[in-house]
Amino acid sequence: MRQPVSEQDWSIAPAASIATALAEGSVRARTVVAAALDRIGRVDPAVNAFTQVLAERALARADRLDTARDRGERLGCLAGVPFAAKNLFDIAGLPTRAGSRINRERAPAERDATLIARLEDAGAILVGALNMGEYAYDFTGENIHDGNTRNPHDLGRMSGGSSGGSGGAVAAGLVPLALASDTNGSIRVPSAFCGCFGLKPTYGRLSRAGSFPFVGSLDHLGPMGRSVEDLALAYEAMQGPDPADPVVTGRAPDPVRAGLDAGVADLRIAVAGGYFARGADADALGAVAALAGALSCTRTIEIPQAARARASAYLITAAEGAALHLDRLRTRASEFDPAVRDRLIAGAMLPAPFVERAQRFRRWYRAAVLDLFREVDIILAPCTPCRAPLSGETTLVLDGVAVPMRANIGLFTQPISFIGLPVVAAPVWLDDGLPLGVQIIAAPWREDLALRVARHLERAGFVRAPVANLA
Amino acid sequence: MTNPPEDPAFDPDTYAEAVAGLLALPIDPAWMPSIAANLRVLHAAADLVGAFPLPDEAEVAPVFSA
Repeated sequence: MRQPVSEQDWSIAPAASIATALAEGSVRARTVVAAALDRIGRVDPAVNAFTQVLAERALARADRLDTARDRGERLGCLAGVPFAAKNLFDIAGLPTRAGSRINRERAPAERDATLIARLEDAGAILVGALNMGEYAYDFTGENIHDGNTRNPHDLGRMSGGSSGGSGGAVAAGLVPLALASDTNGSIRVPSAFCGCFGLKPTYGRLSRAGSFPFVGSLDHLGPMGRSVEDLALAYEAMQGPDPADPVVTGRAPDPVRAGLDAGVADLRIAVAGGYFARGADADALGAVAALAGALSCTRTIEIPQAARARASAYLITAAEGAALHLDRLRTRASEFDPAVRDRLIAGAMLPAPFVERAQRFRRWYRAAVLDLFREVDIILAPCTPCRAPLSGETTLVLDGVAVPMRANIGLFTQPISFIGLPVVAAPVWLDDGLPLGVQIIAAPWREDLALRVARHLERAGFVRAPVANLA
Repeated sequence: MTNPPEDPAFDPDTYAEAVAGLLALPIDPAWMPSIAANLRVLHAAADLVGAFPLPDEAEVAPVFSA
């Protein structure tokens, strides 16, 4: 829903409102970008979402946009919208650090990543690069090189990762949109912990060209924002074929905005049972139940072999991630975050048949889950087993058993991204405490349905992404 | 992953020491407890996946398509 925005609110305005106001001439791009830069300067020291702020570039682009409008040129659907990108996206002139210390020695990127270029083609304005877990092997939002991104809704708690800066920047109202990546849950986990919307599209939907990889078999890129309409705007603007990414689809772009308000009456919706109803605390399951109730959904469906799907994703991640970093592990191991280094070293030692088996299981699992989508259109599941933990916590209690924190935050996201299903992470506020996230999962290439459901719930007031109450 | 049960047939320290040579990976002894713990987790994951019967015809997708 668009709301009138007073002049002093431009720094926290929704993307859709900014673009409309710019097209109408009621605000100038420079005003919007200056407001965002001012808020980043005031608020980000507490949150630590940004690793680089690109004030000069952003203001120059804003001026070019204002000049274009003055000339009567047609503006794009994201005209004047400030956004920021996880620092694994190439930004022309900067080394792509991907949360690491080692990558700071890389040559500066010659051009922007495809998705940054596409958002800017639609009129959006890049204002900076965002903090992340080292090499994206992270669910916490902690980074020993750049410092942790703090959860804007409770600065003592984790933002979630690895796209912690993206979640932190959106929830703190520093930008209305952020770009992020999700290999095993890195869009959906920070969306849940920080109370944002996140879209992890179908594997192969959006180009990954110009982003630093982690696990090519599982890497996805997508947007995070504070409204479903803003997600849809960004998603539409970023689609299209790209020969620079070997897995990106040649399908026609999927226009989602026109059908966003079509409601849910024609959709068959079920809650994921079994694996997805265990190993979570009562609040995480309560968030799913709240949305199921709001959607009058009484059906439960079992996703078969989800634990094996997660184990397979775990094995593929460890092995592919290790192969990518093997030379750096040989020569510069002491410069990694130890928690990342030790997992990568163990991954490098995995026998090949274990990894091959996991990839073969992936084919079986994909067929089994696609069968489920003959019976249902949407599946609901928790994003995380709990709300945002305290920063620095290393264990999590699931079903009364203490388990390692880092590995288990992604318990419910890994079996879904393993076969590339599109998901909208929707933030639920059960009480005055921190938010929880629910995965709205659709069949491959049906991002439109997941966005429709999220939009329906947003309009009915069941999911929302407020700006955190910071100075 | 959850904490895996100890498997007496698998000694991650000995295994890591041997494979590190093959991979030309220099490993500080101080890192070994954490590497061994990660290997136990990966071993348990591989056991779980390996116990699932797959037909011989189940091939990996060369470029995975959802």
